[in-house]
Amino acid sequence: MDVAKAMKESKVNILGFTIAEGSGYGVIRMLVDHPERAHEKLVKEGFVAKFTDVLAVDMEDKPGGLYDLTEVLKDNGINIEYAYGYRNRPRAVLILRVENIDKAVETILASGRTLLDTSHFT
Amino acid sequence: MGCWNPEIELMPKKDLEALQLKLFRSLVKSAYDHSRMYRDRMVAAGVEPDDLRSIDDIQKMPFMSKKDLRDGYPDKFFIAPRRDIIRFHASSGTTGKPTVVGYTRNDIENWSESLARSIVSAGLDENDVVQVANTYGLFTGGLGFHYAAERIGAAVVPASTGGTERQIELIKDLGVTAYAATPSYMVHLAEVAERMGVSIKNDTKLRIGLLGAEPWSEKMRDRIYDWTGVKGINCYGASELSGPLFSECGEQNGIHFWRDITYLEIIDPKTNEPVGPGERGEMVLTMLKKEAFPMIRYRIGDLSVADEEKCNCGRTHPRLRRITGRVDDMLIVRGINVFPSQVEYSLMANPEVGNEFQIVVERKGALDTMHVKVELKPEAFTDNIIELNAIRERIAFKLRNLLNVGATVELVEPGTLPRFEGKAKRVMDRREY
Repeated sequence: MDVAKAMKESKVNILGFTIAEGSGYGVIRMLVDHPERAHEKLVKEGFVAKFTDVLAVDMEDKPGGLYDLTEVLKDNGINIEYAYGYRNRPRAVLILRVENIDKAVETILASGRTLLDTSHFT
Repeated sequence: MGCWNPEIELMPKKDLEALQLKLFRSLVKSAYDHSRMYRDRMVAAGVEPDDLRSIDDIQKMPFMSKKDLRDGYPDKFFIAPRRDIIRFHASSGTTGKPTVVGYTRNDIENWSESLARSIVSAGLDENDVVQVANTYGLFTGGLGFHYAAERIGAAVVPASTGGTERQIELIKDLGVTAYAATPSYMVHLAEVAERMGVSIKNDTKLRIGLLGAEPWSEKMRDRIYDWTGVKGINCYGASELSGPLFSECGEQNGIHFWRDITYLEIIDPKTNEPVGPGERGEMVLTMLKKEAFPMIRYRIGDLSVADEEKCNCGRTHPRLRRITGRVDDMLIVRGINVFPSQVEYSLMANPEVGNEFQIVVERKGALDTMHVKVELKPEAFTDNIIELNAIRERIAFKLRNLLNVGATVELVEPGTLPRFEGKAKRVMDRREY
């Protein structure tokens, strides 16, 4: 059983994902429309699956968006652990995992940007 | 080939057996008088020192095993007064503690004397230059060969392990004629030399290899000789016995066990009775002259065959054939003893480690590799690769420290290693010799 098959069988839609690997193991991080169902299926199939809190930033679909946001985060001392994104015309979404979630939320909102909540994805 | 101690080495067998009996009786009396532990054992077995009239009465004596050394850690079974102990050595234990052994001055003397006889029988003398590439330090290999080579007046190059390229330069430049190492390291040396453009056969004076501490085959011996011109001499020993103690003579046809040093028995491990001549069985060793602590009927765990026929070299001391296996699950990795129970002990001390692990031992090229696969507990699995690597390194560091072997560790998901009904098969040994 592989991850993609598990998602298909449980009728879960993967909205965005990234794969990291290092020294013999791989980690796949997924943004899905039905996280609970996905988790249940993966665990049933023998995967080690966990939930992680991430931020979803609403982005303009034009060049420079990533740079502008990361500059703001940098200036406020926010460390990005990983990130991945996808285009959702006419906008785009950036998924961020940060060390200090509360500070990141404050910073991003203060910069005039919008954070997307789960209802946006389900 | 010379003879270091012709009086003993060529003594008729029946005179040697009389000598053995004398030494044995005195040994047992000493153990009985000075070791509470040993006396209790003898009492439990219903034996008293006066019951021992002939050498066959040795079979009345109780056995000893590694467990005794472990239970007596570090020196509860020593019988010599503490001030008479002039050396400690330590080697692999079966759990978290090493096996500790001690020596009086006579113990060191007898150890060097035994090995000196052996290396002279193999063809060495005071003109030789002996490079000792066994580990110096707590292990007995380095200092064992060092003392023996020095005793016969050879020049010793105390290289210890590692630094292969520099070792090759020393072999060339110092005119080294004999090399003490593991057989796999000898092959590794030849490989590295070739990469350096050095032919051991044509560019060096190396002619004799004192090789032991791990299993090796006749095929490997021939390969070493054909490639390097080095005559491989099989050596045997263990820290519990002293250290490296015995070797083959120049005939390369079995390792001579000096009768005045050790009484060698081969028993059937199922019945504990002696096997017939030429039959394979478990080795039981009695160190006849040891003072620091008694080693009487020690079941060392090796399986082999003893040959009582007189050797072509004229020596009247039995020859041990190549070790063919172990009674337990002990491994030898690069000449170092490793017990799976040690690995388990080390791994389980890490909170993230689950219940399953697997040891994979291979020989890619000349040298052994040891790779340990460990299942983490599900809770410990994190998506942070950096953290996972740090956990893995911590586990590996602890393991390497305990084993003194450069093992690598791999973290695997819970549920991926094979499960067993009954005893778990922890070791995949893919080596061939």
